[in-house]
Amino acid sequence: MNLLMIIRVAFRALQRNKMRAALTMLGIIIGVSAVVAMVSIGQGAQAAVAAQIDSIGTNLLFVSAGAQNVGGVRSGTGDTGTNTLTVEDLDAIKREVPSVSMVTPTVNSRGQLVSGNMNWNTSIQGVSEQYPEVRKWMVQSGEFFTESDVRTAGRVLVIGQTIADNLFAGGDPIGQTVRVQNLPFRVIGVMVKKGQDQQGRDQDDIAFSPYTTVQKKILGSPRLQIAYVSAVSPDATYTAQQQITELLRQRHKLNANDPDDFTVRNMSDIAEAANETNNTMTMLLACIAGVSLLVGGIGIMNIMLVSVTERTREIGIRMAIGARSSAVKSQFLIESIVLSLMGGSIGILLGVGVSLAIPKMLGWPTLISTMAIVGSVVFSIAVGVFFGYYPARKAAALDPIDALRYE
Amino acid sequence: MQAIQEITKPDLSGLHLVPEPRPVIQLEHIHKTYTMGDVQVHALRGVSLTIREGEFVAIMGASGSGKSTTMNILGCLDRPTKGSYILDGQDVSEMTKDERADIRSRKIGFVFQGFNLLSRTSAVENVELPMLYAGVSGSQRHARAMASLAAVGLAGREQNHPNQLSGGQQQRVAVARALVNNPALILADEPTGNLDSRTAVEVMEIFQRLNRERGITLILVTHEQDIAQYAKRVIVFKDGKIRKDYQVEDQRNAAEELKNLPVIEDDDEDE
Repeated sequence: MNLLMIIRVAFRALQRNKMRAALTMLGIIIGVSAVVAMVSIGQGAQAAVAAQIDSIGTNLLFVSAGAQNVGGVRSGTGDTGTNTLTVEDLDAIKREVPSVSMVTPTVNSRGQLVSGNMNWNTSIQGVSEQYPEVRKWMVQSGEFFTESDVRTAGRVLVIGQTIADNLFAGGDPIGQTVRVQNLPFRVIGVMVKKGQDQQGRDQDDIAFSPYTTVQKKILGSPRLQIAYVSAVSPDATYTAQQQITELLRQRHKLNANDPDDFTVRNMSDIAEAANETNNTMTMLLACIAGVSLLVGGIGIMNIMLVSVTERTREIGIRMAIGARSSAVKSQFLIESIVLSLMGGSIGILLGVGVSLAIPKMLGWPTLISTMAIVGSVVFSIAVGVFFGYYPARKAAALDPIDALRYE
Repeated sequence: MQAIQEITKPDLSGLHLVPEPRPVIQLEHIHKTYTMGDVQVHALRGVSLTIREGEFVAIMGASGSGKSTTMNILGCLDRPTKGSYILDGQDVSEMTKDERADIRSRKIGFVFQGFNLLSRTSAVENVELPMLYAGVSGSQRHARAMASLAAVGLAGREQNHPNQLSGGQQQRVAVARALVNNPALILADEPTGNLDSRTAVEVMEIFQRLNRERGITLILVTHEQDIAQYAKRVIVFKDGKIRKDYQVEDQRNAAEELKNLPVIEDDDEDE
């Protein structure tokens, strides 16, 4: 008796009790579709992060004041309380590190922007004229400020779309005057709309001004929190990281066994960290979904056990007319595999459907993973074999004489 | 009755030099002991028996006489504790479970009291079942199942499910199933036990016809004396031993009887 025949027999047996087969499959359907949908969500998030990092540029480095661990005392990077990063440091980096092409400091502040009878509280970042190139974020209209604005601490602002919408409500903001802490600033440009970031923060709710202006006229402090540095190429980031570290240690007169009082990170470290977080999330979601798949498998085993008892007489007949134990075992095993595999297939369709619907309904990015689909198919077959084996063996072990006498 | 015996007998009795038909079943000193807890039950205590090709044997006996045990051993469903059993030239007493399954598939056709057809499965598929396990190819399976059903008078009923067939028709499907692999013998265990008297005669008529026309060896287990009278030879069991073994003097002819029986049910009624 060949495999094809056994599969046909199994299908016929399942057809005789469609309702039960469908309900048994439901467990697997839910399990598999949950796995597929969850992994899609996880992978979608990962892809979104990757795309975002890619758009920022993989040759980007961050230099921040303070270190995560200074002399055993932890302090956040870019802490406003540390003075260990200066404009002179950045100038030195720009001048002396050959693998660095561009540098922009950032000085963070918040303030109320007032224009006519409208006002808006936002983040005002002091940066250099190279910021658009370093961050690959260009102006949409008007222009970014120039080196001379930075040198003279000019009161100019380049605003994000959100501010443009809120302060000027459709009108052209270019050339308008905005007051910050009662100082008039001229709006000279509007940045390209960026949308929300991974955490759902509005990236367009921001205004840029020369860092000298922010330091002198808004904050009144020469502190720098963080600087963006562009390496000449993505491959040069590690060299640049090392060279910057060396240079800054030298400039800060640190001894060989002193810890760094600054932090240099590159984009791939950050990408890795983000990926790790996302992977953990994906794994967690998939595991929870996997539990439902397991429960589905137990459902199959339960039904197969009932089925073996119920069909004891049938098993007896089959054995009496010449079925070997192995043929009976195969039949029940295949029935179980057919159940789980059919459930798995429907589950994949459902899971893919859900994955396609989620971006439209919830706005989350999803990425349908071939791995998850292949994995689900393999896992459902495994569930079928694993949970079908015991009932099948029970059927095969029946004695035909007793089985025929069974009422 | 006389006429039939004269037609079938000549080449057996006419030429004394011709050897007897070859034996299909040879039982030698078969013992079967069941252990139930601490008690040993001796179901068979030394049974020796030879059944030759073309015989029609009825095995009789009260319950507990050992006739069911004999039936199970003859059908290779069970193994004797002691003794040898040669079926169609093959020693089956020492065979493994799988080997016995193969022997059942190729050499033995079963007919049971309770019909034992697969429910929700058409007649033709029920008949195809033994060929499935014997490895007969698909097209051949179907053709042979159809022929077998026609042989028991069920042409046109092939697609009916057991619940759409009368008891007699169901038993005929079972006979068709038993026949389909051209077995060396057909074992019928109380085949008329669940049937009314006319249907019982109809089934016996099929058995007699198969035995007469095709020379199929038949063993019939029954506890009814009048059913046993359709066979050519009767073996009576008692207390695990053969008590009597005789040729039937006045064999009943089911075909003749059917002509004289009033038709009670319309056999061809639609479901």
